[in-house]
Amino acid sequence: MIFYTQRAIKDILENRFLNVVTTITIALSVLIVSAFGLFFLNAQDMFNAWKKGVRIMVYLAPGTSEAQRLDTRFRLQTIAGIQSIRFISKDDALKLMKERMQRQTSLLDNLRENPLPDAFEVTLVTESNSPEKIEFLAQRIEGLPSVSEVEYGQQWIDRFANFFNLFKLAGYGMGAMFFMATVFIAANTIRLVLYSRREEIHIMRLVGATDNFIKFPFFLEGLIQGLSGGLIGLGMLYAAFSAIGSQFEQTLSAEMVAVRFFSVGVCAAILGGGMVTGLLGCFFSLKQFMKE
Amino acid sequence: MTSMAEKSAVIRMFHVHKRYGAKQALVDATLDIAKNEFLFISGPSGAGKSTLLKLLYLAEPVSEGQILVDGMNLSRIPRRRIPLLRRKFGIIFQDYKLIPSRTVYENVALVLEVRGKKRSLIEKKVKSVLRVVGMEDRLTAYPPSLSGGEQQRVAVARAVAGDPKIILADEPTGSLDDESAAVIFELLNMFYNRGATVVVATHDKTLIENATGRVLQIRQGRLETPPDI
Repeated sequence: MIFYTQRAIKDILENRFLNVVTTITIALSVLIVSAFGLFFLNAQDMFNAWKKGVRIMVYLAPGTSEAQRLDTRFRLQTIAGIQSIRFISKDDALKLMKERMQRQTSLLDNLRENPLPDAFEVTLVTESNSPEKIEFLAQRIEGLPSVSEVEYGQQWIDRFANFFNLFKLAGYGMGAMFFMATVFIAANTIRLVLYSRREEIHIMRLVGATDNFIKFPFFLEGLIQGLSGGLIGLGMLYAAFSAIGSQFEQTLSAEMVAVRFFSVGVCAAILGGGMVTGLLGCFFSLKQFMKE
Repeated sequence: MTSMAEKSAVIRMFHVHKRYGAKQALVDATLDIAKNEFLFISGPSGAGKSTLLKLLYLAEPVSEGQILVDGMNLSRIPRRRIPLLRRKFGIIFQDYKLIPSRTVYENVALVLEVRGKKRSLIEKKVKSVLRVVGMEDRLTAYPPSLSGGEQQRVAVARAVAGDPKIILADEPTGSLDDESAAVIFELLNMFYNRGATVVVATHDKTLIENATGRVLQIRQGRLETPPDI
């Protein structure tokens, strides 16, 4: 094994240029694919955080008395799956609206009466976050007396989830294509190395070398190239992440979402992927070359 | 009943033909080469000498006929066992066929590495054979920095490092001056005297004139005994 490893390292150094090309190709592919992966990872986190904060707005019918309101609140409290209930009076709602529409307050100043209804903001327990449960709860709340309308962001979340899944699928497809393209490029650069050393391989065969004896150092070279490509790609991604991640973190701090890098396990899997790419590149080029 | 000659034959060829398309490179060659024989195969360039040697170590397949090498029937050898056949030979080429990017030591060591020998043994053996051919002080030199005669001596060392039963030399002195050629011939003789079977394909008349062993001639692909010997 030591002999083969020494041989592989020596061969890499002898064919520096071609090996650097292969390593850079693998590094760039690892960078692109894992950048997508990192984006999806954080987008998924953010999406999950949004999902957790699903709220149902329960609008009361105009002219609801305080007694009716208290009754509705009591009924809401008895429904399982509700974590908290907050009353937002129509006046508070208008105030909030004015705060948010600072530049257009003149529009609201001309209102003769407050058109907004009294409302309850209902937060759900985490277990009730599935679309079916939200739908069920919303229907129950809608059936309560004095409730005129129930609004929740589920439809929007559903639509976003569909879009996100589609995006993820496209990401997987692109990842697979990058993988194949890299294997193809790696196979071709390794083939160039093989051709530049065909006389040497021919001599090895003449002195009684088995195919495995000839192939093994090349596989090790593929592994080393894949590993170094993976390390370089991941290193570049981490550098970019460190540079821009903190800025994103500030923007997203209001959403209580922390931007994160891949876990050690995922990093190891990415390096493994790089190594598999190098190995497959070797496998395909050797398979054809050794037949010749 | 098998004769003594058949019994001691290390190489046997039966009605071997080799064709390259329409061209007949070897026609109906039948030959026994005995253990520890020194055989010369002479003939002009392109007569089929190299072809005959190539058929022995399966660099080329026969078109027709059978060849037995040390009991192995070449037409029945699976691809994965060809390396085992080639390890029976030490082969010397006119163009040396040394790996230019490897040192003299590494070139000779390769033969033992492919056999899976231990490092300590490889070091001992390589140094010993390089001493025999007079190249022990050029261990770390690369082939392109050596003269033709020196490269061929390294090639001889590589050929004998694995203690092969048979040494095949294809025009071993073809690219050398007389002095270097004499050295190579002396080395071949030495390994013959140590018990190896040596087959030399050459068109070098001086070499053949000084030959102590059997001489065969190939003319237009046909193997024959030269009339004047």
